[in-house]
Amino acid sequence: MKRSRQILGFFAHGLPLVATLLVVGIIVAIIANFLIGGLPALSWEFLTESPRNVNTEGGIFPAIYGTVLLVIIMTIAAVPIGTITAIYLAEYAKKTSKLAQFVRFAVNTLAGVPSIVFGLFGLGFFIQTIGGGIDNWNHQAKMAELQQLVAAAPSPIANNSFAPVREIKAYLTQEDELKWRKEIQRLNQYEGGESAYANSQLVVTYLSSHTDPNWGKGNILWAALTLSLLTLPVVIVAVEEALKAVPQEVRSASLALGATRLETVWKIVLPNSLTGILTGSILAVGRGAGEVAPILFTGAAFSLAKLPGLQDQFMHLGFHLYILSTQAVNIDQARPLQFATTIVLLGLTLALNAVAIVIRSRIRRKNKSN
Amino acid sequence: MLSEKETVKIDISDLSLFYGKKQALNNISMRIPEKRVTAFIGPSGCGKSTLLRSINRMNDLIDGVSISGKVVLDNVNIYDNGINIVNLRKRIGMVFQKSNPFPKSIYDNVAYGPRINGVKNKAELDEIVENSLQGGALWDEVKDRLDSSALSLSGGQQQRLCIARAIAVNPEILLMDEPCSALDPISTDKIEDLIIQLKEKYSIIIVTHNMQQAGRVSDYTAFFYIGELIEYDKTRKIFTDPNVKQTEDYITGRFG
Amino acid sequence: MSEQKQEKSEVKPGEFSTASLSLTTKERRFGERAIELGIYTVSSLSIIFIFLIFAFVLREASPIIGYTLSGEQTEKSAELTPEELTRAKEIVGEDYPILTHNSEITVSALIHDKWEPNSTYPRYGIWPIVLGTLKSTFVALFFAIPLSIFAALYTAFFAPLRLREFIKPVIELLAGFPSVVIGFFCLITIATFAQDLFGYEFRLNSVVGGFGLSLAVIPIIYTLSEDALRSVPGSLNEAALALGATKWQAAYQVMLPAATPGIFAAILLGLGRAFGETMIALMAMGNAPIPSWDVFDPARTFASTIGAEMGEVVFGSSHYQVLFFLGVVLFVFSFSINFLTEFYIKNKLIKKFRGNE
Repeated sequence: MKRSRQILGFFAHGLPLVATLLVVGIIVAIIANFLIGGLPALSWEFLTESPRNVNTEGGIFPAIYGTVLLVIIMTIAAVPIGTITAIYLAEYAKKTSKLAQFVRFAVNTLAGVPSIVFGLFGLGFFIQTIGGGIDNWNHQAKMAELQQLVAAAPSPIANNSFAPVREIKAYLTQEDELKWRKEIQRLNQYEGGESAYANSQLVVTYLSSHTDPNWGKGNILWAALTLSLLTLPVVIVAVEEALKAVPQEVRSASLALGATRLETVWKIVLPNSLTGILTGSILAVGRGAGEVAPILFTGAAFSLAKLPGLQDQFMHLGFHLYILSTQAVNIDQARPLQFATTIVLLGLTLALNAVAIVIRSRIRRKNKSN
Repeated sequence: MLSEKETVKIDISDLSLFYGKKQALNNISMRIPEKRVTAFIGPSGCGKSTLLRSINRMNDLIDGVSISGKVVLDNVNIYDNGINIVNLRKRIGMVFQKSNPFPKSIYDNVAYGPRINGVKNKAELDEIVENSLQGGALWDEVKDRLDSSALSLSGGQQQRLCIARAIAVNPEILLMDEPCSALDPISTDKIEDLIIQLKEKYSIIIVTHNMQQAGRVSDYTAFFYIGELIEYDKTRKIFTDPNVKQTEDYITGRFG
Repeated sequence: MSEQKQEKSEVKPGEFSTASLSLTTKERRFGERAIELGIYTVSSLSIIFIFLIFAFVLREASPIIGYTLSGEQTEKSAELTPEELTRAKEIVGEDYPILTHNSEITVSALIHDKWEPNSTYPRYGIWPIVLGTLKSTFVALFFAIPLSIFAALYTAFFAPLRLREFIKPVIELLAGFPSVVIGFFCLITIATFAQDLFGYEFRLNSVVGGFGLSLAVIPIIYTLSEDALRSVPGSLNEAALALGATKWQAAYQVMLPAATPGIFAAILLGLGRAFGETMIALMAMGNAPIPSWDVFDPARTFASTIGAEMGEVVFGSSHYQVLFFLGVVLFVFSFSINFLTEFYIKNKLIKKFRGNE
């Protein structure tokens, strides 16, 4: 009896230790694995140059640039909304408030929605609905203008009689070549060529039925906004925690002096939770920088000729790694680059997380002492 | 009861207060004199702090509080609809049990009240800060380090800073919720001296569990027990010849 | 009133006083009201986002749901000439619905075992995907539950204080690993290692992928379990020790049962993560839609199917709708899990296990 109890005790103590060692061991193994494989390929050149030779040589600068730009836009969108929501939850909401309960539930749900679903949402909402809507709006406006322009044109165009497409093109070119550039180009593809005869209404109808997606396709703005939804709960939780670290007595003192709730928040609470807002932002950036699923079809690109602006697709470290490791032309040749890319991505996210964890544990300690 | 010679500053009548279903104050009626120190005493949980916080409506901040009755200040019932609570709190200064300076500089702590009241002029602020700190008997100790953090002060200094902060807007009334309970005897002495000086300008109400303190600083004393006002009279009368047996028992330390 | 005047005259010039402020003047702070209204509005955004996410994912999948509800027959709507139909039947076989890329799809057309979305007559049987998701989620929890709960026990009760301060952040750091990195690690290192060890046929399969998923799940279950264990009142532990229980007996027989609801919630949230994780499944599971129960066969999940195929799909096509339909399933599943943890476990179970606090 006593012996069996000893054996049981041995396992009862041993299993938790073994499990802990295994988990920590795996983490160390992952890091070591990438450091050993990737450090030799990591160089200044790697960080600052563009990929060459179908991503088997050169560096990953555009991917770093894209990732950084992406998370900057994401932060600009997520941090204000997240901070304001946290202020509401921590400073305004009463415990019994239904709205607050709904908001909390929504935040928790948002945190649990799979990242790929955010990608679908980005595609359906930002790209198709918003982006497509903008494109459509612009197109309609432009076509209305075209209609007017055509009506003001000299005969035979204005009279809606048939004329060679060439003449209509010449007219548009003469009016504003830069503005009608796309339309002029498209008329090149008009059935029958530019000698074909068409009346102006046919031309307008033809041009109206063709649009180039401008905002209605993946770009860094839509990807960043999609990502900001995903990181919103991260910001809210971190900032709320920081706000709660400000002692209640200090709020009372301010209110007793006749400060309003808003003055109290603005002048007393917020200045004392700046580190918390910072932590929230850092955590969000760390999380956002590593997420690939939401950007798979909202704007990430494998290879680009130039660095992106808001309306362009972009390269991204995580996406780059995904493509390099699964779809590269010559996977083995790209291996050192894959490892080095991993180091950069992992280094970026881990450094951000480590900083946030350190600040956070300080806030938690402060919270406990209150 | 209140002497005929006194001017009434606050007139409380039939005030009852509930936390949810629990009654914390039961039909309190009393008149508080102007420019005197009135002490609220009684065992913990007797409602003395709750009553104090009813005077500047700080209880409004707690979920589930309901209040009936009147608190009249300058002919206005502060529990009427449409009362400007912010102005009410601006007119009534409050000092808390635990000193609670803002995590800002000493200067900014004192200037906080005037600033939210729209004082922007630097010279004027400087003057207010100096006067208030002198009023709080802290000027000489901090005049060379107004920019250092208020949290660097000692406990007693912090509490005096909180008093200075409260009087910086020249309120009419000062509410003090056990201001010395966390302080050492020397700091307590200083604050008691300060209270006696301040009553020249302000009507002061102080909640205390310290009998000697009530005896030393107050002109009037009210004794509370389980949400009821048991006895209210001149402090001398309460301490030497109370009318009610419960008061006598409490003061002589037989319970509480 | 006369008193008030007196009071005023006492105030020295230049000295500021609030004593004269009126109590009955209405507060006029329209700017502040507007800002507060703004705060409420912005805070409601989270709720709106949840609705929008569901609405828009549902919208793109809505034809499927619409046709299913209206009870139309899928095959009739496939507009094919008789010759094409004959040919299609030869290719697709009698057992499967015959579809084109513009077909109107109903849910019943999705319930079979062939996923071939890119052929001329596509087939969208989700059975292989269901199986793949189940297998990989099972494998993930198989690894993650014991590892993280035992590790949480160790950290909460057995580890010396110094060590605890080290272990917790390290394991939480794992949560910061981008899933694409974990996926890559499994793809390169774990896959080779496991194949050498077990000698099975396919390098990438649901064991390798499931193990990868477990790495994403471990920090979730670990952190929440550890919190649950530590929030059990210490008095329970002391009571057990006072009754002569050893330290481990107190931990296993008293503290662990008391923390059960919290740990259950942790496992549920971990399950949600494993179910919905995309990149690891996409990279480390081989991605073949094989209707097999064997965990050593390649597999794909709901999430990885969307991730792999959405990029090349034609907007509005039947394939596109089916992929969004998978997204609806993912959303509903994660929402239900959250609903369950939030309302059932937090409200009911915790009270039941601890008594009303």
